[in-house]
Amino acid sequence: MIAVLDYGAGNVGSVLKAVEYLGHPAQAADVLEVLQTTDKIIFPGQGHFGQMMQALEARRLLEPLRAQITGGKPFLGICLGLQALYESSDEAPGVAGLGFLRGRVTRFHGVFKVPQVGWNQLHIRRDSKLLRGVASSSFVYYCHSYYAPVTEETTAVSGYSQTYAAVVEKNNIAAVQFHPEKSGDVGLRVLKNFLEM
Amino acid sequence: MLAKRIIPCLDCKDGRVVKGIRFLELRDAGDPGALAKAYNRAGADELVMLDISASREGRATLMRTVAQVARKLFIPLTVGGGVRTLEDAGRLLAAGADKIAINTGAVENPPLIAALAASLGSQAVVVAIDARRVRNSKSETRTSGNESAANADLNFRASGGNQAGAAGTRWEVVTYGGTKPTGLDALEWARRVESLGAGEILLTSMDADGTQNGFDCELTAAISGAVHIPVIASGGAGTPEHFAEVFLRGRADAALAASIFHFETHSIRSLKEFLRAKGVPVRLD
Repeated sequence: MIAVLDYGAGNVGSVLKAVEYLGHPAQAADVLEVLQTTDKIIFPGQGHFGQMMQALEARRLLEPLRAQITGGKPFLGICLGLQALYESSDEAPGVAGLGFLRGRVTRFHGVFKVPQVGWNQLHIRRDSKLLRGVASSSFVYYCHSYYAPVTEETTAVSGYSQTYAAVVEKNNIAAVQFHPEKSGDVGLRVLKNFLEM
Repeated sequence: MLAKRIIPCLDCKDGRVVKGIRFLELRDAGDPGALAKAYNRAGADELVMLDISASREGRATLMRTVAQVARKLFIPLTVGGGVRTLEDAGRLLAAGADKIAINTGAVENPPLIAALAASLGSQAVVVAIDARRVRNSKSETRTSGNESAANADLNFRASGGNQAGAAGTRWEVVTYGGTKPTGLDALEWARRVESLGAGEILLTSMDADGTQNGFDCELTAAISGAVHIPVIASGGAGTPEHFAEVFLRGRADAALAASIFHFETHSIRSLKEFLRAKGVPVRLD
């Protein structure tokens, strides 16, 4: 059973739908018990960094989530769910992220339109379990105003006003800045790879 | 590189897709699940469904169609038509839409945009703007002649002359499918909807719509330059060249069309191949 973390603002429905389409039972998780009993956790984030961290705290999901990830349960963060893994975000100064990855999330700048909405290309940097069977330069669907820095855990990048982390993988932690549930066949392949890990 | 998006638009009436299906070469256009798969295969970057049902029953049927399409569609789906309240929008998202489009509902009640953005997130809020060119010469003014239209026109002129396009051209926002002038300057309204929290603008030129003579590139460039959110150009697509123009000259982030895809000579894939040859970045796998 796959838990799709529901903190009240993410696109839980479309992620559940995609996971079920791929033949895996899944359920929305908004209480601690569900997180503890499932095999894997998907965290689809959406909206505002500060409100997300606050909502996790208010629903008493923050520490259990941290404990499950620390305990080694396979975790997939999507969009804001990727950004949550870092230490902080310029979107909510002073609010601490989960801190599993070093660095700060920052906003796109320059003459580029913000948010970045649409299909952009993945450039694969090194071996990636999550991107098995996905060709470099494949297009995936993005919708975001903030981005995470490229670090040693970054397995693929995309370029907008900056080159940013598109896919990160570190032990049991995986995360994608794009929306695999909205990225056609490429996105479904990424989800399938995670589900079969 | 971020690709320019090609978005087919499907008009739905009483739960059935009535326009925009022919390019799929489907025998049974009545099966929404089969439609969804075909849109994916055809290379559409997103899908827009616009409800043109007149009745409440028709709208209820639409929900079922949206749910059936969404179940097998793994690209973004925008649904619009008759959204007036937070509840209307919430129902569409619950049925499986990723974004909702609001038009008349936003003009008549601008705080609705902010309420939708706060509740659903800006990424889910597409404000559709229907704009019509305002003629400078008196002999070319609208011929609708009714009193409210005349008043709106006066209000519009009184609203100041600093919102003009490159050649002094101005555009007025119209609602109810282009039948009702509002007195709002299109550039001013575009900036306002952005500040209220709209995530994207779906811009339709009412002058170009239905002509297949090309998008209004001047309007599109003016709006796209006035805001920092993506602009989807709509109205007037007739040939692949028109798409190249609206991306290169009109500075559109995406282009929406229905009729052009009715003719099998213009598949989405061949359109994208044409655009790529013209130097427009597109998604071609």
